[in-house]
Amino acid sequence: MIHSLFLINNAGDIFLEKHWKSVISRSVCDYFFEAQDKAGEPDNVSPVIRTPHHYLINIYREKIFFVSVIQTEVPPLFVIEFLHRVAEMFQDYFGECSEVAIKDNVVIVYELLEEMLDNGFPLATESNILKELIKPPTILRSMVNTITGSSNVGETLPTGQLSTIPWRRAGVKYTNNEAYFDVVEEIDAILDKSGTTVFAEIQGVIDACVKLSGMPDLTLSFMNPRLLDDVSFHPCVRFKRWESERVLSFIPPDGNFRLMSYHVNAQNLVAIPVYVRQNINFFETGSSGRVDITVGPKQTMGKTVENVIVTIHMPKVVLSANLTATQGTYTYDPVTKILVWDIGKLNQQKLPNLKGSLSLQSGAPKPEENPSLNIDLKIQQLAISGLKVNRLDMYVEKYKPFKGVKYVTKAGKFQKNWELACHEGLLRLTDLVWSSFTLMKNIPFLF
Amino acid sequence: MSTSSAFNDEKGGSSSAGEPEYGHDPASGGIFSSDYKRHDDLKEMLDSNKDSLKLEAMKRIVAMIARGKNASDLFPAVVKNVACKNIEVKKLVYVYLVRYAEEQQDLALLSISTFQRGLKDPNQLIRASALRVLSSIRVTIIVPIMMLAIKEAASDMSPYVRKTAAHAIPKLYSLDPEQKDQLIEVIEKLLADKTTLVAGSVVMAFEEVCPERIDLIHKNYRKLCNLLIDVEEWGQVVIINMLTRYARTQFLNPNINESLLEEGGEKAFYGSDDDDDDDDDDDDEEKKAEAAALAKRKPYVMDPDHRLLLRNTKPLLQSRNAAVVMAVAQLYFHLAPKAEVGVIAKALVRLMRSHSEVQYVVLQNVATMTIKRRGMFEPYLKSFYIRSTDPTQIKILKLEVLTNLANETNISTILREFQTYIKSMDKDFVAATIQAIGRCATNIGEVRDTCLNGLVQLLSNRDELVVAESVVVIKKLLQMQPEQHSDIIKHMAKLTDNIQVPMARASILWLIGEYCEHVPKIAPDVLRKMAKTFTNEEDIVKLQIINLAAKLYLTNSKQTKLLTQYVLNLAKYDQNYDIRDRARFIRQLIVPTDKSGALSKYAKKLFLALKPAPVLESPFKDRDHFQLGSLSHLLNAKAGGYQELPDWPESAPDPSVRNVEVPEWTKCTSRKERKEKKVEKPFYSDSEGESGPTESADSESDSGSGSQSGSEESGSGSESEESEEESESEEEEEEEEDEEEERAKKKKKVDKSKPKKPESAESDQSSGEEQKRIRKGGKDRRSGTESESEDESESESSESESESEEESESDTDIKKKKKTAASKPPPKQTKKESKKETKEMSLLDLDDFEPTPSPQVTPVNSFLSNSLVTDLEGLSLTDTVLAPTTIAPSSSVRLYELLHRITGEGLAVEYCFSRQPFSPDPHMVAVQIQFTNNTTSEAKSLHIEEPKLQSGMRIKEFPEIEVLPAGESVNVVMGIDFCDSTQAANFQLCTHIRKFFVSIQPPVGELMTPAFLTENEFKKEQETLLHGQLMGMNEISEKLTLGEKCQSEHVIVERVTSTANLSRVPCGSDKESRFAGKTVSSGSLVLVTVTRKDGAGALLTVNCEKMVIGTMLVKDILQALTQ
Repeated sequence: MIHSLFLINNAGDIFLEKHWKSVISRSVCDYFFEAQDKAGEPDNVSPVIRTPHHYLINIYREKIFFVSVIQTEVPPLFVIEFLHRVAEMFQDYFGECSEVAIKDNVVIVYELLEEMLDNGFPLATESNILKELIKPPTILRSMVNTITGSSNVGETLPTGQLSTIPWRRAGVKYTNNEAYFDVVEEIDAILDKSGTTVFAEIQGVIDACVKLSGMPDLTLSFMNPRLLDDVSFHPCVRFKRWESERVLSFIPPDGNFRLMSYHVNAQNLVAIPVYVRQNINFFETGSSGRVDITVGPKQTMGKTVENVIVTIHMPKVVLSANLTATQGTYTYDPVTKILVWDIGKLNQQKLPNLKGSLSLQSGAPKPEENPSLNIDLKIQQLAISGLKVNRLDMYVEKYKPFKGVKYVTKAGKFQKNWELACHEGLLRLTDLVWSSFTLMKNIPFLF
Repeated sequence: MSTSSAFNDEKGGSSSAGEPEYGHDPASGGIFSSDYKRHDDLKEMLDSNKDSLKLEAMKRIVAMIARGKNASDLFPAVVKNVACKNIEVKKLVYVYLVRYAEEQQDLALLSISTFQRGLKDPNQLIRASALRVLSSIRVTIIVPIMMLAIKEAASDMSPYVRKTAAHAIPKLYSLDPEQKDQLIEVIEKLLADKTTLVAGSVVMAFEEVCPERIDLIHKNYRKLCNLLIDVEEWGQVVIINMLTRYARTQFLNPNINESLLEEGGEKAFYGSDDDDDDDDDDDDEEKKAEAAALAKRKPYVMDPDHRLLLRNTKPLLQSRNAAVVMAVAQLYFHLAPKAEVGVIAKALVRLMRSHSEVQYVVLQNVATMTIKRRGMFEPYLKSFYIRSTDPTQIKILKLEVLTNLANETNISTILREFQTYIKSMDKDFVAATIQAIGRCATNIGEVRDTCLNGLVQLLSNRDELVVAESVVVIKKLLQMQPEQHSDIIKHMAKLTDNIQVPMARASILWLIGEYCEHVPKIAPDVLRKMAKTFTNEEDIVKLQIINLAAKLYLTNSKQTKLLTQYVLNLAKYDQNYDIRDRARFIRQLIVPTDKSGALSKYAKKLFLALKPAPVLESPFKDRDHFQLGSLSHLLNAKAGGYQELPDWPESAPDPSVRNVEVPEWTKCTSRKERKEKKVEKPFYSDSEGESGPTESADSESDSGSGSQSGSEESGSGSESEESEEESESEEEEEEEEDEEEERAKKKKKVDKSKPKKPESAESDQSSGEEQKRIRKGGKDRRSGTESESEDESESESSESESESEEESESDTDIKKKKKTAASKPPPKQTKKESKKETKEMSLLDLDDFEPTPSPQVTPVNSFLSNSLVTDLEGLSLTDTVLAPTTIAPSSSVRLYELLHRITGEGLAVEYCFSRQPFSPDPHMVAVQIQFTNNTTSEAKSLHIEEPKLQSGMRIKEFPEIEVLPAGESVNVVMGIDFCDSTQAANFQLCTHIRKFFVSIQPPVGELMTPAFLTENEFKKEQETLLHGQLMGMNEISEKLTLGEKCQSEHVIVERVTSTANLSRVPCGSDKESRFAGKTVSSGSLVLVTVTRKDGAGALLTVNCEKMVIGTMLVKDILQALTQ
């Protein structure tokens, strides 16, 4: 399956290589560099590259290319999913998945990769198991290790490896037994010019941090499970119970994990928490343009909208912006042509407004495309879909755990994806990132 | 700390503070230190007897390897440490060894003996890692040693070691393909392994070594299907992909007969095909006849194993692992009946929210799927809308999907969406959008004009690329209907002045030439302009200029003769030989000279022939001959090692190859399977396997139990089932007097084996004594029954029943044979004995594992089960094992759940229809209710309150239960008069603290009691019913095809009586079976006749005054008989 792995940074340096079968020369990466050149942006590098003798399957995460070398048929998603798992494992072990962290912990990285794959086939990918095999580095432990010569490597087979619940390690003990659940939701929506919803959907995840001793068996139930349309679970969740009773029954892994991801029924109306009135015009004469944007809260269920950031991708001809913001600060980067307006909290009484003029490259024709507008925001203590956790029950273990549920509506992890192309007259809100167009002057050419 | 210094190794790590004694060499710290010196230093560290120094040295060496630096000259120094006590040093040495052994084969051999020793180590982790490293050393000379080690490890006690053995197989195979035959033997052996841990790895080995040996899978097919949900994610992917291929060779195409399909796969599965066909229209008949004539193909019936695969993979669509979801999706796409494929769409759309690489692969596959099954993704159209920040490759794929999804109804939405894309700043994407519009226009005639107009407007776009792309697309569209669009051609002719993109210019010129009769005035003028600029044009444009000239010469030679000659002359001296060739060729063809050949007559025909319009089709067309989700599919080319997805067979190979001839207990390894069995046979013991307190001690889980439960289960588990089956057949035989003798013999046997299944229908008649015995036996089996209640409530679909039934039945046959041969194996063991034995076994196992701190204390692990899905059984299991219960309901009687353990806050309530007469009121149906208190405190005053009943219904409550101690169970009987309806009886179940709303809904078969009639009486009653006031209304007849396993009279009788509480009526004809009963409430007669015809055909007749009851009964019996 996976033959070799090369880690390559943005500058094109191969800073780590690992082979699971016979050694493949790193010159194979030249094909990758070629593809990278052709693609321009890192995002555009094709995940699967064909070379005369090998196939390169790669992912791009945290400014690192994970390039794996494949020789025979394998499901591409298998490799991609695995590489992401590797990246997540680094994140988990070192707190960040960066070139520096990997270089600093190169031996642990190597030991990890050795355990994760055997002959190119995944062996142990559960973080609970790996952590028993190879202890994550801590300052204290490395001090002790240098003095005593003891090692980071476990001597026994992790019990999880053999048990029927590989995701949980055995013998967990905590003095404070706690279980926290974060319900995090993201909105994807299209609004028309008047602000009515054309298309909206809510995606959510429940992230858990469970620190409970022993082998607790948890049951999490919702007030309104009918809201959930499509779900995917951590392997610990008993699917049958969900099917029959709509409760989440599981023996949790130890520590942080994503319990479930869900999609909320499209039929349910999505409350859009803010509205935006924007007016961006370019003038044919005088090489200038005008901007006027106002943001205000809409349906926020009485909660405050925080961390509001408006991002606008300006056309290439815009040289500079001379604006005044009634609240927050704005920056315009003339290289990337991105205007960022960081508003902060939304104030009900005094709506934030950004107004002013743009100067364009003289002589250049008026930009044809209108800039897209993105909004990023966060609402604490609110799951926008209205999903509510009803109760959490624990079986088997006798102690009383401390339980907590937090609701957040915020921009998701794929933020960069959410800045949108827009429909004229339509306002699209994705992940609480909005974008819009002013009305086109031309009547649409088609239809 | 250590690692940071490891990165300094080039400067000489010895200068780091930790080991001053090695820092004395001044050169080692300097930039001039030679490799030799530096490595010398490391060698010294490796030779020291301090582990910390060795570790430090190894870490630096590994860091070197990681960065691709050569450290091979250290080999002798490193290999010495292979036997080091420190586990981390050892591991790093292994890393080094695996990396360099190939280069230094001789030296590598030095380490072999260490691994051979390691293979015998009592610690399973050491055994496994020794095998892992040994098999990773690519040194041909040790192939025999590896082979031996693999063979040994394949029968290791520890499943982890066996898993490692499975991993080692492909390694050895790639080292020495000669070993294939021997390796296949090992694979065959490991395929039979029952642990989830091994399953994924061995299938992986199978795929790499002998994917063509599909026959090895037969015996393991069902096991793999059932284990699947518990296998780790990566193994799931491999198994699912393999099973897809397997299914393609073994089963019939479920989409052969479309009309059947529309009735849903379920029905097809029941095999009542004849019946279905009868209901269908003549169309179907014709089709059938045709099919029969062609291939003598039977109407499609889905193989139960095929269904099993589909059913067991479906929950995995909810996996968090994209690869698993994709694997299931492709399985459904390739194997499922059309009506069922839809379920995968939602899951695939979900994957679109994942990383962009995942999106990329998923979209490629969705694009292929949308061509075949457009409807599947139509509801998710909006999910494929493009975001400006999507990488271009994603955008283009989404565009592809949108184009494939376009149809008459959604085209306007899609075009509106496209319209916005055209304004994107990403020019490649805009070009692709224009192409997409062109494709929509070709595919959907209604919008062709709109699209064309839109594209024409794009011609005035400021961006040249947009214009150029539009020209190319317009050219293609115009070719379809050129007559109406001469103005567009005129418009485009004007563009030649401005547009510079060669492809676009060439397209315009071709258009003008092709349709010069539509633009007779402009065309020569264009040629004139082109002739001027000819020398500066691109090659592709030049060729089209020549073409244009030739065509004009043929149609309008008067105006263009000179121009053409001029152009041809220019071309004659062009640098490009293609153009020179073309010019020469055309000149010969069109300019009539003496020398010109016969062809010139046909010049007009040649040049002005009607050209077929290009078909704009998706690049994803026909890609589905590659297995979806595969690398080959993605690349649209066969990758090395790709296994072709075979076509469906014309006729299904023998399905019996999948029947497993192994002792019953092996079935227990999979919970899922066991559960399915239990639905049918509640008394399947479950006491070991996961619930046994022993196996958790060493956490060896399944395999451990595999070996140890062997003896045990045959004691309680399998034996009970066996006897049960026998007693089932016994029931039938009871009717047959001539078989009386055999029956007695059997009965004896059954009696001996303690757990005994009470008769179902006949239980009423059986003597009290026997009943008592049954109950006693039932006690032992309590655990089974108990745990099973859970699944019952989860209402396993009836398919699964049928399936397990079939399976078990085939097993029974084998069983029976075995039984008669082997006199009396271990079945007499009592529960206690077997338990003891397990413990001993586990102790043995414990030796195997070093006394690790295996902190999962026994009950905990027994509590945890491997299957998420069926975990719950485990939950109740533990409780009930501890708390033996009193009464077991008769076995053929199904248990229903009244109150779940969770909702009941620890109080679990189940009920069954005991089929006993309810003595206080003969018009009531007896319902036996069992309370189990799973809490730690006692439950008090259990009683019924506030029945909410349909009019006429009555309830006779059971006497209040004063106290139910913790962990105990109690059985009570209540009576319900359902008024001969299947309406549910709702009431509240109260404890001293809580009230629960519950309801009991009876199957129609339970609403009657047997009536004992003679043959004549039966006939008479039937007559009366037939010719009563409502002639014909009291009889319902259905034709049916008996299920494969259901063609003997015994089985028919058994099925009917288990479906409905009827008694058999003696009958003269052996083709007919008759049954009679009375409804409990009103005492109306119910008469059932099953008449068998030739082959599997049969006629079911039900006579009953109560039409509703009759209809429902027909349905139930039909279902029972067609399975």
